Formats: sequence, C-alpha cells, structure tokens
Amino acid sequence: MAHRLTLEVNGTRTTVSIDDPQMPLLYVLRDDLQLHGPRFGCGLGQCGACTVHVNGKAARSCIYPSAQAVGKKILTLEGLGTPSAPHPLQLAFIQEQAVQCGYCINGMIMQGKALLDQNHHPNEEDIKQALANNLCRCGTHLRIVRAIRRASEMA
Amino acid sequence: MTPSVTRREVLRAGGSLVVAFSVRAGLPAFATQAPEAIKPVALDQVDSFLAIGADGTVAVYSGKVDLGTGVRTALTQIVADELDVPFEKITITQGDTLLTPDQGITWGSLSIQVGGMQIRQAAATARAALISEAGKQMGVDRTELLTSDGAVRAKGGDRHISYADLLQGKSFELKVDKDAPLKDPTTYQVVGKAVPRLDIPGKVTGQFTYMHDYRVPGMVHARVIRPIALGAQLISFDDSSARRLPGYLKAVRQGNFLAVVAENEWTAIKAVQSVRANWTPWDGLPEKTKLWEHVRSTKITHDDVLQNVGNASAAAQTTSRKLAATYDFAIHTHGSIGPSCAIAQWQDNKLTCWTASQQTHLLRQQLATMFGIPPEDVRALYVDGSGCYGRNGHEDAAGDAALLAKVIGRPVRVQWSRADEHGWDPKGPPTLIDYRGALDETGNVVAWESEAYIVDAPKTFAVPLIAAQLADLPPAAAAFPGNIHQGLAIPYTFPNIKATAHRLVDTPFRPSWIRTPGRMQNTFGNESFIDELASAAKVDPLEFRTRNLSDKRGLELLERLRSVAVWQARERHDDSGEIAHGRGVSYTHYELVRTYVGVVCDLEVNRKTGKIRVTRFTVVHDCGQIINPDGLRNQIEGNVIQTVSRTLIEELQFDRSAVTSLNWASYPIIRFPEVPEVVIELIDRPKEKPWGAGEPTASVVPSAISNAVFDAIGVRLRSVPFTPEKVMKSFPPPV
Repeated sequence: MAHRLTLEVNGTRTTVSIDDPQMPLLYVLRDDLQLHGPRFGCGLGQCGACTVHVNGKAARSCIYPSAQAVGKKILTLEGLGTPSAPHPLQLAFIQEQAVQCGYCINGMIMQGKALLDQNHHPNEEDIKQALANNLCRCGTHLRIVRAIRRASEMA
Repeated sequence: MTPSVTRREVLRAGGSLVVAFSVRAGLPAFATQAPEAIKPVALDQVDSFLAIGADGTVAVYSGKVDLGTGVRTALTQIVADELDVPFEKITITQGDTLLTPDQGITWGSLSIQVGGMQIRQAAATARAALISEAGKQMGVDRTELLTSDGAVRAKGGDRHISYADLLQGKSFELKVDKDAPLKDPTTYQVVGKAVPRLDIPGKVTGQFTYMHDYRVPGMVHARVIRPIALGAQLISFDDSSARRLPGYLKAVRQGNFLAVVAENEWTAIKAVQSVRANWTPWDGLPEKTKLWEHVRSTKITHDDVLQNVGNASAAAQTTSRKLAATYDFAIHTHGSIGPSCAIAQWQDNKLTCWTASQQTHLLRQQLATMFGIPPEDVRALYVDGSGCYGRNGHEDAAGDAALLAKVIGRPVRVQWSRADEHGWDPKGPPTLIDYRGALDETGNVVAWESEAYIVDAPKTFAVPLIAAQLADLPPAAAAFPGNIHQGLAIPYTFPNIKATAHRLVDTPFRPSWIRTPGRMQNTFGNESFIDELASAAKVDPLEFRTRNLSDKRGLELLERLRSVAVWQARERHDDSGEIAHGRGVSYTHYELVRTYVGVVCDLEVNRKTGKIRVTRFTVVHDCGQIINPDGLRNQIEGNVIQTVSRTLIEELQFDRSAVTSLNWASYPIIRFPEVPEVVIELIDRPKEKPWGAGEPTASVVPSAISNAVFDAIGVRLRSVPFTPEKVMKSFPPPV
C-alpha cells in the first residue's frame, strides 16, 4: 500500500509515493528525488554523512522517518548552491581544498551551516565541538575547520 | 602516425564510442564491440594513454585511479606540461578495463611515481612525434620548433600548426619511447603549482557521481546476509515474511552465500531483518586476549631475510650491554565512511561491473575466474567511491553484485551495510616483532636484530572475493596481505644487522593491505627500538639517528626537521604534575629507496587517566619533484591524522566466531576535538624523480607517538593502540 507524502525540499514542494512511511528520509532524497548530496554512511546516525536540515536544524536523514518530515522544510546540500553559484560554505571548502575522498563532506557542510546559523563567529574550538559527531576517515579535519572559519569570515 | 584507412576508420568509430561511454547513465556497448576495435590498452603504446581529438581536446587514459587523493588533478597537470596543452582541455578516464591500460593496482604510493611517469613518457613520445610531423609539414628543422598551447610553433615567428591539425583525428600508432626527451623541469608551468582539484566543486555541491550514486536502467537493489560466524555453514533460511514486503523479489542462496533482492533499497534493507537464516556454529578464531600467543605459535612456512649486514648474532656476543623488546600492532579495519557498493550487469554472457575498486584490471581477472569466462568478457569500470585506504570491500561488493545479477537476470546494485563493512572487509593482519640490540662501551650500536611474525604472501596479489568463497566458486582461497615485509630493513649504518620475517601459514582474518601495510607496523617497531637504543646510549634521539646515517638526503632532511621543529637535546621531562608533556622523533627512508620523511610529535599524557593527547605533528617531507604542493599537503595531513587515530584508538574487536566491532561505537576513530595541529615543511626537488606520498608519512607516526610518550612519562608503549588502559598499566609499580 503506497503512501503519498508531500515534502518541501530545497524550497520546492514535491509529492512522493512510498511503501513505508517509516522509511528514512535519506532514501526518499537519494532514490526518489535523486538528491545525492546526503550520503549513506552507517544508517545508525553515528557518522553524519547523511546530514540534512529539517526546519533549519541539522538532522541525520538515515534515521529520520519520512513521514515526520511532512510539513517541514528540508534543506540538502544541493539546496545551498551549485558549482557556478556556490554557497559561501561551499566556496570556502573549495578555497581551502577541504576534501579528500569527499564522502563525509556533505555532513561537514550541513553541520557547519547549522553551527554558523547559531554562531556567526565561532572559534576553532567551537567548530571542533560542533563537528565532534561527524566522522572523516581521510583525515581532512584541519581543512574542514579552516573552511568553516573562512565561511564565517565571508558573512 | 600514418595509419591505414581501415585502422583510421576503426579508430574514428572508436572515438565516438569513447564519448558514448563517458555518459554515466549509458549502458555499455560492449556486447557489439571487441575491445581491440575501440582503442589499444597495451602499456607500450602511446594511444593506450593519450588521444587528441579533432577539436584539440586531450583524452588521458589512466589505469591508476583517484581514490580521493587528488591524482586525477595531478596526472592532468603532468600531461598539460609534458604535452604542452592547456590544462582545461584535458579529460581523464580512469580504471576502465576496456579503455585504460593495466598500470597495476592503485596502491603503494605509486600513482605518480609509476603511473604518472608512464603517462609522462607517453606524452613526451607524443610531443616528439608531433614536432617531427610539424617539421615535415612546415619544412622547418625540428630544432627550430617548440611547442606550446597545443601547437607546434616555429621559434621567433608566428608560424604554427596545432596538434589537432597535425593529427586530424588520427591516433599516434607509436610505441612509447623510453628515451623520448622529457621537458626541462624548470620550464614546467603547471607541475609544481597548487592547482585546485578538479573534483572538489562537484563534491561540495552534491553534483559529483560516486559509485553509491550510480544508477543503471532496470537495476534492482540487493543486500547481503553474511554468516553469523566466519566459518559458519548455511543450513536453511526462511524468507516468508520478507515476501510480504512491497517490491521484494527474492532471496538468492548459493552455498553459504545469501542475499535478498528487491525493487527498492529500503525493502532490501528490511528484508535482511526479516529473513531467518539457520547457520551452523563455528568458533575457530583465537581468543582475543591471547592473540599474540596465537601469532607466535602459528606455524612458520619459511623465513625471509630482508637485511643481513655483518654477523649480528656473533657481534651481540661481544658486549654485555643488550636490549630486547617486543612490539605488536593490532588488527585494523579500513573504515571507509561509505560502505562498499557495486553494480553488475550481464548481457549475452558478458559481465559489466561498475565498481570503486582500486584494481579494476585485477578484479576483472577475479570475476572471470569466478564465473569461468574469458577476461575479455568482463568489463570493470571505476567510479569514485568513499576512500578505501587499500583493498577494502569494494571488490567483494562487485563479486556479490556479479553473482546476483547472473541469477536475477537484471542489473543488480549491492550496497553493504555498516556492519557488512566493519565485519567483512579484509583486515590489516596482526604483526608481532621481536628486537634485540647490543651497544659497546661507548654507546655505539654493534648489533641490531629484528624478527617479525607476519602472514605469508602467496604469489597472487588478489584478496579472494567473499562471494566466490561463500558460494564455493573458483578459485580456492588464497590470501595476499600486501607488502607487509617492506620497511623491516633499516636505513642506519650499524655494522651488524639482521632483519628476518618469519612467514606464518595463516592469520585469523582474511588479510589485505591497509594504508602503509607493513611499513607502518615495521617502522613502528624499528623507530621505537632505535629510540630505546639512543636512550640506553644516553644520546639525544635525533642526534643518535644522524650519527648512524650516511645518506646525505636523509641527513639534510633531519637537519631541516631539527630547525623547523626547534628540536633541542635535553634531559627527559620530569614534570610530575597531572599532565606530562613529551616530544618524540621518527624518520623513514621509505623502503630504503624512495620518499624521505622525518617527524616530531608533541603530546600530553594525563597521568591520572592515561589519556594521550597528540597536540602537534611537525613533518618534513622529501618526495622529490612535487607535482601539486597543496595536494601533497592534503595527503600528509591525512596520513598524520588517520594514523594518530589508528595508533591511539583503533583495534578490531572479535569473539571466537566473528568480528564484534560492527559500527563506529565499537570501532571508534578520531574525532575533531582530538585532531592535532600539523606543521608541514616540503622539500621540493624539481629536477629529481617524483616519489609517492600516500603512505610514507603514516609509517613514522606510531613510533613518534611512542617515543614522545617515553619522553613524557618514561615508559615505552610497545603495543598499538595506545589506549589509556595500556598507559596506566605501563607505569612501573610504586617503589
């Protein structure tokens, strides 16, 4: 039995038909809406690769039931900017070359945005604490911290 | 450069096919085209590496792939300079068995050093041929010609002819000339510059296509159900409740291989939970607390003597000042943030596999063997994955997908779960090394002996595919753990040295290589034990190293390190407060033949909790000619941070049946608040060969930490990881 859910993603209302309203939002975004910014990393809410914003707050989409997202504003990495018109955070990540494999970077940018929305001028320690539950395996941490600082200085 | 008409037509047809293949959503036209009709891939042909289009664009074909290290950009830089074409006009295809030459596995810090230099030589050959051809057409002696911006030009004039006009869409038809002159490195415009990476804008905006994003029309989703114990046999399974899930297709069983397939991903995930599988018990793993006894008692197949200078055992008898110590290094997992993923499709008994494998050519062989088909009937295409840091589960996911696609008759995407990745990727094998050293009365080392206990290396490079093992498909199990003997030999000039690897018949987990295999474990022991000898000789550890080195480049590097790190010989700290501070040094001449790295680690040890906080790593790095200094720095930072994580935190957990550290809570890695500052000094030698940088820095991190801990609290940590429990236990009992 299919359920029709109307979601507001990156400012656009869209209706999807899914079998299980408990299906995590991640699969709606990636498989139904072809938004590949949010990434599957653990399915347990541990690593942060799947991070999106729900009503302006960072959320782990791999454990966020789709039905709970109805009526809320969902923002993904794609909603921030594009290669030709990047969001200041995305631009800062490019300028700092803050990527190795880049698989975790969606989460770093989305969690970083959640921080900057609350704290316009975080210091290095604030940034490290804000990202403490986002995992990076390549060891790009120092560049990621620098990128978020740089973005905060652009604003 | 004068191909026959037929050949030219074939190549033109091939050119359009190449374009078609680069459209990611497209299906392979593989069934209708023999590979040789498309383009050559032999390592001795220029056309295997390079093609110049009629519009002046340059296509580069690389068997080495970008694993998130930036080599896509670096290889493009190399071609831009050697061929004298604009950087922007170059595209690069990587790791496609149909289109790219087999340049070997992307491993061992060799993508630039070997892969890049093969491409550079092909570009130099092409450039020389283009100059010759232009000379003929322009009636100008080749010594009066130069190249720039994709054209051959007469010196001191406007006359020129573009590469595109010279070639007119033809191929080169040339063997790579190993003597083709390389450009003067001082004229490089792009090499040596911090060119921004090509992939980053797409990766920070969600536009980049990872393996996990790749889709094929008609594709279905699968998840594997692995045995509850490594050697368990599948007795039976019941998927009746899974069959009620919308979009569920079926369970596939072949021997002990079990998987579920569904039209959508979530149903496949839920089906895994609802299938009831009955496995035989199995408890063949050693007790974790007795791992090192197990390693020491494992049957030795033979010894490899890796270094033998003078007569170490006899020399050791001449003095009474002797030291002995044993170092061990835990089993590690690769820990890719994105669990392994692959897609496979069968058409007319031919297999196409999209994979994030670091070894598509070898994977092609393995898949061909598994299904009993010729390798030519398998095409493996690289699509960037989550960083793998060695041979992780990507290849196994490809094997899973290929097996399932054959049964299902549709393209199958296999996505491993987090537990699949943590539980079933092959592991870095446990390493145990005994050291003995002897000093004379004046503190000179008279004998050095090391004996490593490491698993044997069969002749094949391949780590067996899980699906082939579980489904009992060929070949029989064989394991190759990578270059784990490398790095046991030491760079020092002691008069008597013997380094021996006792090769073990087996190791508890399917072994493979994880970043800096062997060199990390062996350098940990070597460079920590050197510190023990320095301390016994009462000589500053940096001074002790330089006294025993004759290599000028190594000595120069250590002098730079002394100055950059502001190293001062001093008595060991004796601060008795809660936080003790320490500094440690370590050095490598990687495999004794390439990259030089020296590091100083600064850290704090909390005496009450035993917790180590690494505050800073200072790195001096000499890998010869630097292609991209920022890419290099990025690699060095990654080497340090990842290895601090491995050294302080990481250790595979297991019971007698299986891996029990199946997620990031039970196998934690470093987090942002624990990441040290990294200070890097690069020594650039533009006129030298470029060497690798993906691993060498990692090799010196564990020993630098161990040596700094000794400096801080006076105890030696000889067992990775350096957990707070081990630190607390290491304190000598109060007198």
